[in-house]
Amino acid sequence: MDAYITKIKEISERLLKDGTVEAVIGFRQGTVPTMSEPCMIKRSDDVKDLVWDSNCRINLCNYLTNRKEKLAIVAKGCDSRNIVTHIIENKIKRDQLFIIGVPCKGMNDKNTGELQDNCGTCTHRNPVIYDELVGDLVEEQTDVDKYADVKKVEALSSDEKWNFFNDLYSSCTRCHACRNACPLCYCPTCFVDESKPQWVGKADDAVDIRTYHFLRAYHCAGRCTDCGSCEAACPQNIKVRQMTKKLEKDCSELYGWEAGLTLDERPPLDTFKVDDREDFIK
Amino acid sequence: MNETLSIRANIMKVINIDKEKWASGVESLTSTYRLFGPVKEDDSHNFKELKKGELPDLAYGNSKLSPKSAVFPPSEAMFTYSLDEKNENHHILNDVKKDYSPRAVLGIRPCDAKAVSLVRMNFDTKEYRDPYWMDAFEATTFVGLACDNPCSTCFCTSTGCGPFSEEGLDVLLVENGNAYIAKALTAKGEKLMDAAGFKTAGDDSAIAAKKAAAEAKITASIETDKLSEKVIMDLYDAPIWDDISFSCINCCTCTYACPTCWCFDIQDENKGLSGVRMRNWDSCMTPLFTMHGSGHNPRSQKKQRVRQRFMHKLKYFLDKYQKGIMCVGCGRCVQQCPVNIDIRTVSKKMNDYVAAS
Repeated sequence: MDAYITKIKEISERLLKDGTVEAVIGFRQGTVPTMSEPCMIKRSDDVKDLVWDSNCRINLCNYLTNRKEKLAIVAKGCDSRNIVTHIIENKIKRDQLFIIGVPCKGMNDKNTGELQDNCGTCTHRNPVIYDELVGDLVEEQTDVDKYADVKKVEALSSDEKWNFFNDLYSSCTRCHACRNACPLCYCPTCFVDESKPQWVGKADDAVDIRTYHFLRAYHCAGRCTDCGSCEAACPQNIKVRQMTKKLEKDCSELYGWEAGLTLDERPPLDTFKVDDREDFIK
Repeated sequence: MNETLSIRANIMKVINIDKEKWASGVESLTSTYRLFGPVKEDDSHNFKELKKGELPDLAYGNSKLSPKSAVFPPSEAMFTYSLDEKNENHHILNDVKKDYSPRAVLGIRPCDAKAVSLVRMNFDTKEYRDPYWMDAFEATTFVGLACDNPCSTCFCTSTGCGPFSEEGLDVLLVENGNAYIAKALTAKGEKLMDAAGFKTAGDDSAIAAKKAAAEAKITASIETDKLSEKVIMDLYDAPIWDDISFSCINCCTCTYACPTCWCFDIQDENKGLSGVRMRNWDSCMTPLFTMHGSGHNPRSQKKQRVRQRFMHKLKYFLDKYQKGIMCVGCGRCVQQCPVNIDIRTVSKKMNDYVAAS
């Protein structure tokens, strides 16, 4: 980690000094032991504040949306895949970015201190797109069952699924941290915030709460990289990835698709092929 | 000596509660009071209305959400109405019948109780008395539990509060081996002790040492000493807010967890031809909070919203009421913020800021 930090500081200082970028997006030391804080460094004197540790779990791509200046960004594997998706979706331009790639061995769960759930099954620890790496590439995990928990839910009966999702979201306060920590959620006005007309009720009605979660997940289908920011952000520790992972699995099985691996292909639900196997779309 | 006298003058009674009698005492309360208390759920505690026979779990550090919901529910029905023009009383708001029978919050932490008294300044003013909040407040007896083991993020001793603070409480319970030393601080508190059958006279001489020990455990603090002398617009225009707000994702975690955040939104929820007017917790972190009917939004930018939250808590409230900051140091926002924005760091930046002359 120390070698990573030295390298992150060194690259950032160089880029700020030679004017390649106007700012660097990275992490600085947190005020509690389990947290590091996303930050934007604009002066080369301030690169000393940059850190890298196993608490850098928030996806920094979230801070790139619609920015116009030239930026450097510290990106682990999942962040880099979301940067790819951001570029495809015109939320940032490739030539605006200097991507400081961080080969990652996983982040720690903020509550348990153990490896974060999504990191345990991650198969893209190395950045898929970068301008400079801060260390040697790490070995990718191959022998992992990414969807063991999803399969358990799939095996439930309808009633059991109903109860499972009722329980899952029962402590949700609709603080929207899961949505707001997600780089994919950049709509100018989210459907739950539409007020003219209003789409979703604002009270603590379970149907409204589930509507929010289900629609949020569906908006991420084929785009989600399972970076885990949503789950890490949830103050109630709700396993909000249960839903997005199911859609990730579906996209993998139906389209052989993994999000954010290439700039050359659009996500499956964002494109159309004349040889689509479904008749209704022709 | 004078200080001791004045403290003692406020105490109506010191009672000793044998822990073995706690459960039966709580049981006795259920005939008169609706009871709320900390309940363990998964990995954390939250304040809930206790089910019959359920005891508050007093072995807790800090509840995930503050107990403000006991008097200020996340969602509350205010009125019902009919939109059916065939109905004689269509488009007329009807009060929703509420249960304001006596209720008690058992085991509230002193910081959260002080928060209730801060929130009261907003809901009970010369110009306006909020009926929902005030009726619930007046129906409630607050039985506090002194904090022997504060969390690492607690900084209540620098907010005019403390782990043994009595402000806003009707009773303070101090754990003492196999017993609680109960200080009945108000008539309401005395009444509750009576109803529980807790009548054994106690001795509060052990409290001072326990209080000092608990206070010594709190090493975190918030710097606010220079905030009152700052000019509002200097702080408002200070070049500190871009950096402070950068990481904020504008979720409502801090505002919903905060015991002193009181903002709400009023919404009509229609189903077919009938509807309910609700009031729901709202948060200054969201763009919708300040969205005007015209479509104009005076706080359309994240920086403006983050600034509002901290200026309200640390400057506007301080200047308006002269009763300190609108923060009791419970540390929930520090613990729960997904991106580690820390009110102590922000307050220090505001406190240290000197406007260029």
